[in-house]
Amino acid sequence: MTGTATVEKDPPPLTTAPTADQVRKPPTRRRLVPYWLLLPGILWLVVFFALPLVYQASTSVQTGSLEQGFEVTWHFATYWDALAEYYPQYVRSLLYAGTATVLCLLLGYPLAYLIAFKAGRWRNLVLVLVIAPFFTSFLIRTLAWKTILADGGAVVGALDALHVLDVTDWLGWTQGDRVLATPMAVVCGLTYNFLPFMILPLYTSLERIDGRLHEAARDLYASPATTFRKVTFPLSMPGVVSGTLLTFIPASGDYVNAELLGSTDTKMVGNVIQSQFLRVLDYPTAAALSFILMAVVLIMVTVYIRRAGTEDLV
Amino acid sequence: MTTDTDSTGGDVRLTGISKTYGSFTAVHPLDLTIPQGSFFALLGASGCGKTTTLRMIAGLEDPTTGTVRLGGRDVTDLPPYKRPVNTVFQSYALFPHLSIYENVAFGLRRRGVKSVRKQVGEMLDLVQLGDRAQQRPHQLSGGQQQRVAVARALINHPQVLLLDEPLGALDLKLRRQMQLELKRIQTEVGITFVHVTHDQEEAMTMADQVAVMNGGRVEQLGAPADLYENPGTTFVANFLGTSNLITAGIVESSAEDLVVSAGGGKLKLPAARCRAATAPGGSLLVGVRPEKISLAHADDAAGIPEGRNRITGRITASSFIGVSTQYVVDGPAGSGLQVYEQNVERDSRLAPGAEVVLHWNPAHTFGLDAGQAIDAGTQKVEDAA
Repeated sequence: MTGTATVEKDPPPLTTAPTADQVRKPPTRRRLVPYWLLLPGILWLVVFFALPLVYQASTSVQTGSLEQGFEVTWHFATYWDALAEYYPQYVRSLLYAGTATVLCLLLGYPLAYLIAFKAGRWRNLVLVLVIAPFFTSFLIRTLAWKTILADGGAVVGALDALHVLDVTDWLGWTQGDRVLATPMAVVCGLTYNFLPFMILPLYTSLERIDGRLHEAARDLYASPATTFRKVTFPLSMPGVVSGTLLTFIPASGDYVNAELLGSTDTKMVGNVIQSQFLRVLDYPTAAALSFILMAVVLIMVTVYIRRAGTEDLV
Repeated sequence: MTTDTDSTGGDVRLTGISKTYGSFTAVHPLDLTIPQGSFFALLGASGCGKTTTLRMIAGLEDPTTGTVRLGGRDVTDLPPYKRPVNTVFQSYALFPHLSIYENVAFGLRRRGVKSVRKQVGEMLDLVQLGDRAQQRPHQLSGGQQQRVAVARALINHPQVLLLDEPLGALDLKLRRQMQLELKRIQTEVGITFVHVTHDQEEAMTMADQVAVMNGGRVEQLGAPADLYENPGTTFVANFLGTSNLITAGIVESSAEDLVVSAGGGKLKLPAARCRAATAPGGSLLVGVRPEKISLAHADDAAGIPEGRNRITGRITASSFIGVSTQYVVDGPAGSGLQVYEQNVERDSRLAPGAEVVLHWNPAHTFGLDAGQAIDAGTQKVEDAA
């Protein structure tokens, strides 16, 4: 016993806890590196997002004219006036953008599904084809739709022969035997232009789904249709949500499609803002219109994300 | 296991089943009958076709030829969701968007069972996860996820439960625990389990019957002890445990015994345990398990009883394992011979470099065809983990 006692008097240094001075903090410079790396991004956001936003907000509460100059008078009535005068354009914007989003989802989901699960070695080629339209200018692509939907053209002729135009005319989407300069033309353009923004997020989230989950579902008595309904679709919800947002948000503010493919009866709020800014030169109204659109979209998106319940997305 | 007559109804019967991918044959035509209520293991190294065989039973893979019968019913052309078979997948494949409760209830709900609550509760209790019902799979540990996967499959009372390397992702201690757990559940529910594994120890501890697969073929089929004691090929001899295989020439052959010569010495083995032609002049691979061999120092050779097989050699390495000491011996008959000695009375002279005599009861010797690779099925170091 005495032998062990002497050993215990001098415990091995291994068991000693590290003292405060042993736990060295990294030098200050190294700790600041992440913040330095953030700096370009923050600068970009401040200069190109935050400052313009503040500037625009102040513009929206100004009064005056171009000749006499504008002055901040906290004139909030501009908002009410703008809303009262242009609410049809807001409703139309949301309606067109919503329809285009639904169409994009209906067209894009099967395509994204095919690319993710069935394309095999053609997958990358098909993905390139999805992005290929981006190699041409947005305007040129939209102008091309003018030719596609031209009066007496092949598409209109075919739709007429199939009596589709009778139905759409009755619904008020087209006028007589014309497609161009009707709501349908604008929605077609929006759908076409924003389709890749729907397909890519859908593809990404579908492609991430573990194929063994499909096998597990089939093993557990789920038919292919049930497997899709209970496993594939729920798991692709993050893609559905981000795809619809990436389509709906820019589409609701778009004015090019309505400008090129529509008529005065299909003006969207984007067209109003554009003309207020560039033609009427009523900057406060234009700024107020922009803010109202932003607020409406923000509220709708918030409600939508809450309802879709994708906590993993945000 | 129960007797045949009344249980053949629920057997899994594979007839001439094969699978080829292009020019690669994953499974050669294979006949296999898995008796109802048994715990059956398909054992083999990766790429031997065991998982493909399992997937063909599940219906997740279409066989190129042959038929799959479950209890007399031909299910070859049935899709997986119409087969009374459930699978525990290697990676568990739990649905990440559903709670544990809904994962377990999935199969019942798909079959239109209205009140699943009681059954799900009982099943979760069986796998001791009753308190985790409302959690998501990612909140559970690997072992718990594995038990959910078992519960999700078992709740459907399948005719056959297929387990595809279900313990592969668990650490050693948990694996041992789950082996016993699965065995307990199998005994409790009495469902036929078909278990795919590359771990020979796992197959031997759990299964009633083991089919050792190699290169898309079943090498040997039998009870674990039978496979271990009477391996039919060098692959089985080496893959299941360790074997010392010695190339020998046949000297004498009688109805009971064979006498062979190896490295200048003579060895005897029972003719019944020889799986090759026994004509004198032919050659043979003589095998003996390391734990059957006793080791004596060369100085004590005179004390070895008559009638035992003996081989001389020199110890090249020894390692102390606790319950036993493992020696590696090189001799004229063969090199790298393994001997496991119980640590009862340790002879301090048995150290590397010592001249020794290996001796064992001839009854423990088996004979294999010399035409096959002597090291087939030897576990690589990385596989052994």
